Amino acid sequence: MNNSFIAKNPSVLWFLLGLSLFTVLVSILSEAAGTALISTSFLKTLGKTLCLCLVAIAMDVVWGYCGILSLGHFAFFGIGGYAIGMWLMYDRTKDIVVTSLENNILPPTPDEITTAIGSQIFGVVGSSEFPVIWAFSHSLTLQLLAVVLVPGLLALVFGWLAFRSRVTGVYLSILTQAMTLALSLYFFQNDTGLRGNNGLSGLQNIPGLDDVSQATLSLWFFWASAFALGSGYLLFVWMTSGKFGSVIRAIRDNEARVRFLGYHVESYKLFIFTVTAMVAGVAGALYYPQAGIINPAEIAPIASIYLAVWVAIGGRGRLYGAVIGAAVVSLMSSWFTGGGAPDINLGIYVINWTDWWLVLLGLTFVAVTLFFPKGIGGLFDLLARKGKQS
Amino acid sequence: MRSALFALILVICSGPMAFAQTLQPILQTHAKEIAKPSRSSVSDALDAIAVSGLPQVTGFLEQWANKNVWQRNDGVFFIGMASGDDISLTDVDTGTTTIASKSDYKQLKPNGGVRRLIGTALVQFQLIDPDLSRRESAVASIARRPEAAQLAPLLASIEPEVDGALKARKIQLANFLSARFADDPKDRIAAINSLSSDTSVEARAVLNQILSTKAGVAKSLPDANVAATFDPMGTPDMSYLALVNADFAPAKQTQADIKAALETNIVEGRIGGFALNQMTDPTIRETAYAALAADGLVPRLITKGARDAALEDHVFFALYDEPNADITNAAQTVLKTVESRVATAQIADLTLDALSLASIFFLAAIGLAITFGVMGVINMAHGEFIMMGAYTGYVVQLFVTNYTVSLMIALPLAFAVTFAAGVVMERLVIRRLYHRPLETLLATFGISIALQQLAKNVFGTQARPLTSPDWLAGAWVFNDVIQISFIRIAIFVLALLFLGLIIYILKRTRLGLEVRAVTQNPGMASSMGINPDRINMMTFGLGSGIAGIAGVAIGLYAKVTSEMGSDYIVQSFMTVVVGGVGNVWGTLAGAAMIGFGQKGIEWLNPSNTLAAQTYMILFVILFIQFRPKGIVALKGRAAGD
Repeated sequence: MNNSFIAKNPSVLWFLLGLSLFTVLVSILSEAAGTALISTSFLKTLGKTLCLCLVAIAMDVVWGYCGILSLGHFAFFGIGGYAIGMWLMYDRTKDIVVTSLENNILPPTPDEITTAIGSQIFGVVGSSEFPVIWAFSHSLTLQLLAVVLVPGLLALVFGWLAFRSRVTGVYLSILTQAMTLALSLYFFQNDTGLRGNNGLSGLQNIPGLDDVSQATLSLWFFWASAFALGSGYLLFVWMTSGKFGSVIRAIRDNEARVRFLGYHVESYKLFIFTVTAMVAGVAGALYYPQAGIINPAEIAPIASIYLAVWVAIGGRGRLYGAVIGAAVVSLMSSWFTGGGAPDINLGIYVINWTDWWLVLLGLTFVAVTLFFPKGIGGLFDLLARKGKQS
Repeated sequence: MRSALFALILVICSGPMAFAQTLQPILQTHAKEIAKPSRSSVSDALDAIAVSGLPQVTGFLEQWANKNVWQRNDGVFFIGMASGDDISLTDVDTGTTTIASKSDYKQLKPNGGVRRLIGTALVQFQLIDPDLSRRESAVASIARRPEAAQLAPLLASIEPEVDGALKARKIQLANFLSARFADDPKDRIAAINSLSSDTSVEARAVLNQILSTKAGVAKSLPDANVAATFDPMGTPDMSYLALVNADFAPAKQTQADIKAALETNIVEGRIGGFALNQMTDPTIRETAYAALAADGLVPRLITKGARDAALEDHVFFALYDEPNADITNAAQTVLKTVESRVATAQIADLTLDALSLASIFFLAAIGLAITFGVMGVINMAHGEFIMMGAYTGYVVQLFVTNYTVSLMIALPLAFAVTFAAGVVMERLVIRRLYHRPLETLLATFGISIALQQLAKNVFGTQARPLTSPDWLAGAWVFNDVIQISFIRIAIFVLALLFLGLIIYILKRTRLGLEVRAVTQNPGMASSMGINPDRINMMTFGLGSGIAGIAGVAIGLYAKVTSEMGSDYIVQSFMTVVVGGVGNVWGTLAGAAMIGFGQKGIEWLNPSNTLAAQTYMILFVILFIQFRPKGIVALKGRAAGD
């Protein structure tokens, strides 16, 4: 079975091979395991990029394969990050609090510890009470479950409501954007109990691993991200090949016809929407410990729009296209906005890429939509055709 | 004081000229009281000064209160300003100024109590001062610090008042004062009852001051004007604290007290027989404390039972500061009436607020309703057109400093700029993507991102002002509760104007006819000689141009930033979708629903506009479930799909 699966999807082998080579190469060049040619901060950027690639392939499945232009998948990504961030922050603060209370004459009661943690975490929003949504933050297992279940459940409820009433096309896009806006506004409030616009911070410190250096931790996270991307890629290739894949592509091309053929279109869409949301949550849970901080601005509607931009530029409808798009565009973004790109002196005006990158990106995006609907991935088709001709 | 008042009335009746005499002799008669005033002795002097009714009295009293009166060694008073060793002296009667050495003069420094009495005496004069602004400031000072002594002079000054507005204000103020300070309870109750139609903040403050209470606790209910009694069990800890403060019970130990007591009683690493490391358990802490208390080392723990028993033994009540129950009852009844009036007014105010919010949404969405609703083209850069309009207004104001003129220029110019931008965008991008709505959505996203960053590069990230002309500043104040700023009224009028204009263009002009024809059946329309390309271009330009004008209007009341467009885009789409696509009336209904809904939620949960927006969006998502085609759904063939 596996043999035929690979045979049907030769790109999987190439992709996994490339990813493994890349991982090995980066490991050799990293500070922790080798020659230190790659700085820890750049290693983190690479690890984060792999997570972005993972959420991009999820986006590609839901949009490129199933035709649902969701403008909410980056919100699911953010929820995943918040879910893991709550545990990281709780446990880390607990360590600090317990150490600082050790010098007290009387050993602290559990109540005293909780209150101290609460005032540490929620002091910035003027509170020391633990909100209800932090009820499971003490348990890594439960929060890891939340990483998958909360985005999944949200996507399930929202998708059920939307697909049931046959909201499709641009209406669905606008509705998902509204959902994202509502979520980010909700996270922005202090009442929510997620520290308002301060967000969660200090996530790069993993509790219990204080004696492990950041260089090593970053490498571990890089490996985890690479593994997650590889597994996600396999999962989605498996999902989109075979009969199930044909049905969802058919839904993209002509929903009504598929419905008339007797398929329950809504169930398929709901399944795809929910599974991709869960994967997005996992990607977020791996991304934010590497980023170190998460705040509600991360899940603002514009982030989900950029996600769509990556997939479109990379080439939707093919998973490696999404990976290429996310990697290229996000790395270029940080190169251009980080001051890496040299300014262009036009004599009368100096183009400073920190300012002009987004203009370039926006216009590129328009050009890609107009002239290269297949994106960068389309180049591979050209290559393949040339290969056949010669 | 009475005599002073009587004299005042005399002064007014007979005119100031009848008392042409000098102030200094009167001052000399009371030299002792003036030089060394005390609260009890100064009244006579003040009365005498007041009775004289001289025009220079006001000035003298003001200077006296400001510690600017000096006495020469021979007892003569002057108004003086010290500078270094010298002093510039002004004669109290003639006003001539001389300079002398400071050593022969002594400054009068009346204390706070005396100064207050002087102030009160002064108010009588200021209230009937020929200068209107002085009378107004006197009235304002009474309103700021109402006192019983001001009532009589205020009442006396009502009759001679010539300024109509000030007279009304004086009557109102006198009413407030009599409600609180009149001698006869009947007068007070009458004054209180007359407040029942007054919803002003002042009137409510007067009633609340009459109804001011003090919380108390005692073994049994005292024989006084009791406002209410409380059940101590509602907030047992707070109630117990009241008991402790009133010395009816010993203080209850806090967690910190218990902890400190335990820490001070560690004997050989044990507390009350328990090991230190057992102290992580709160119940063991309690037991250890009990053991210490049994040994008499610490005060006995006030347990929950002891606390409750102590609470049961006492009554908790609130006493009115006003002893007369008739007055407090009257005030209570009137306050209830006033509050229900205020509630009605608040609903009216909320409706106005909602109306203005709805008109902002309508203005922001109406352009979208044309491009999205009528043409079926998604324009995610619509918000950026709003921003372009606002920045056009800002740039115009840089060149034209007269705000009215600049507004007159900015409105058509914003339309022209965004119309042109819309036409260019339609020709270059939208035209190539008709019938591929998702692609249009993406391409316009790209344009939106680029335009936003472009605006940031040109205008910077900080908010730019778009100042409204003076005649639009301020607010239309209906009463203390209902008020609405003129800007919002202008936006409302603008929204109405646009509604009329759009309806007119679509229903009554050739262009509108052609637009509707192309919308319904482009093939048929073009075979009738209509050029669909031209019509699409015009329609898109029109929708964009209106966004530009909306931008100017929104910029007037909100800030102009490069991100202002994205603040409105989601709401605008919601408005169009909720209202029903392809129908201007639908957009109106959608804007009204979202505007009223949001204000309604804000009212339920004030001080949290973010939450209101969140819940409103959730509501819209649910609403789409039940009416997927919006409030005003098209029927028949035009509905398409």
